This record gives sequence, C-alpha cells and structure tokens, in this order.
Amino acid sequence: MTRQQVLDLYFMEARAKLIDLAAFMDRVERASGPEDFRMAAFRKALAELGKESQNARRVLLSLSDPTTEPIAAATTKAAAGAWPES
Amino acid sequence: MRYIEPHGHMVSRVTDDYVDMATAGCQVVCEPAFWAGFDRSSAQGFYDYFCQLTEHEPKRASKFGLLHYTWLCINPKEAEDVNLAEDVIGLIPQFLDRPNVLGIGEIGLNKNSRNEMKVLEMHVELAARTNEMILVHTPHLEDKLKGTRLIVDVLKSDKRIKPERVIIDHVEEHTIEIPLDAGFWAGMTLYPESKCTAARAVDMIENYGSERLWMNSACDWGVSVPLAVPYAALEMRRRGHSPESIDRMIYQNPARFLGQSPKFKLPKT
Repeated sequence: MTRQQVLDLYFMEARAKLIDLAAFMDRVERASGPEDFRMAAFRKALAELGKESQNARRVLLSLSDPTTEPIAAATTKAAAGAWPES
Repeated sequence: MRYIEPHGHMVSRVTDDYVDMATAGCQVVCEPAFWAGFDRSSAQGFYDYFCQLTEHEPKRASKFGLLHYTWLCINPKEAEDVNLAEDVIGLIPQFLDRPNVLGIGEIGLNKNSRNEMKVLEMHVELAARTNEMILVHTPHLEDKLKGTRLIVDVLKSDKRIKPERVIIDHVEEHTIEIPLDAGFWAGMTLYPESKCTAARAVDMIENYGSERLWMNSACDWGVSVPLAVPYAALEMRRRGHSPESIDRMIYQNPARFLGQSPKFKLPKT
C-alpha cells in the first residue's frame, strides 16, 4: 500500500484513538489521589512514539518485564499491563 | 469464504456463537483446555471438563456442521499448585486416544513462576513421551516477553520436541520473532483490548510473512469476539490482500499445522 492509501484507510481511526488517549490523560490528571506505577509506565511508553520504525514493538517492550529468571511464586493470576519496576 | 477457528473456548460460549461462526464460513473449531475463570477444587473437576471437551462439545458443534477438536492440559493459571497439576496431568493419557484430541495444550506460563515452570516441564515431558503435538499459551501483557523466552528455552532444551509440531500462541510485535526464529509456529490472538487487533495482526503478516502463522479469536468467557478471524480476513481484504493469501492465512495454514495430527480431518466438501 502507498502511504496515501494507509492514511485514507486508517487516519480517522488513529485520530480518534489519539484523542481518546489524550482524554484519558486529562481524566487521570483531573482525578484526585495518587497514581500508581501504571501511569508512570504509560508516560514512559508514550515517549517511545515517533522515534523511528517499530513503534508498537518499542511500546510493548517498554511495558514489559525485562528480567529473565522465574519469580518465586505467583501471588495473583492477573497482569497489570505494565511492569511495576519500569 | 471458509475458515478454521484454531483456538476457541466454546464451552463458555452460547449456541448462537456456533450459528454465527458457521454462517461466516467456519468449518472447524479447535478448543484448548483452559482456566474456567475460577480454580477447580480437585482433579475430578478436570476429569469432567476433559469429558465435556471430548464427548459433549463435539456433539454440540456438529449440530451446526462444525468439526470440533481439542487439546488437553491443566492451564498455567492453575499451575501454582504442583500437586494438583500432577494429578491432572496423570489423567490426560487416558483421553489421548479419543478421536478429537490433537495434543497437549494450552500449556505455558502465566506469571512466570517456578511452579509454573515445573508444570510446563511436566506437560512437555508428557507430550514428548506420547509424541503429541503442543499448543502453547504465552503470558499476558507485561509478563509475555519474559514468559515467551522462558517457554521457548524449555521447549528447545528437550531434543525430542520438534518445533514444527509446536505452536506458540498469543504473540505480539515484541515476541513474534522469538518462536519463528526457533522454528516454531506462531499464533496471533485477536482481542479487542489485550493481545492484538485485526489491523496489528495484518501488520505482522506483512512484516513477517505467513509461512508459520495463524490467527484465532481465543473466544472465551472474557472480552472476546467469536467472529474475530473473519473480521481479520476483512481487514486483509481492505488492504488489498488476494483471496488466495487470505485463504492461506485463515484456512490452509491452520489445516497444515493441525494436519500433522493423523486425527485431524477437514470436512468433506
């Protein structure tokens, strides 16, 4: 596909997602109380955008646990979406 | 259009989903064993579940013209209790000869714990000993990268395991190269929120080719879409992929991987 075709197909959808993302950040800002590690990880991942190619991969890596050893025990089944120590 | 749903948890879906899938062109559905959303209290619960997967669900699917296959295991979400896992894994061999059982799955890791690793190794040992194919679940979100690496290391360390008979599922942009570079198949799961969207899945097809790749809905009791595979086919069509390349991705590829099991048959046309 040409860049023009990609823009014609996806720009409006991406624009809507971009505004949703901005509105989410405003919502967090407007709310009271402290934020947890997820928002810091979110901001760090945002900074990965637009640097070069493979934006999706870099964002995913930024949110990932980079360690290599198994943890001692699973204390929950759920994932948080961001590595607490990122 | 014809397609295969290679990963759907139909026991948690309503009959209308079978109707919609068959109407959209689904011919075959494959159902790996998974977590029910709550922990089962004993191995007996798994025995009943395995009976459901091998007796009841194929009949339910057949009412709508769908062939139903399954994979058996204790899911990584219930693998922290190693004693329970041993009991459940001990039940599996008596089911392996049943006509719709394709292999061991979906095994893998959830939180990447030591006990999960032990249970993964027990499953791999069972698959190697019985010459069964393997379907692997990779962890969610922040745990996926580490878990995928650990899983591939376990599989590669057992020389009895043939990579071409193993699919590593739920890959995303940061993990897709790990199984493909090691000779395994890779699966992309199409979820509205986690895992990947249809557009991202088609990006990965365009970036990595479709040689050892499939797409699935992994529809279950959570946020998921039973028609995710045909929706992804539509996404491919919007981008100008040919009918032949779409058919390869949503029908021929899963048929090629699953066809390594002598039990797997396509419907007579």
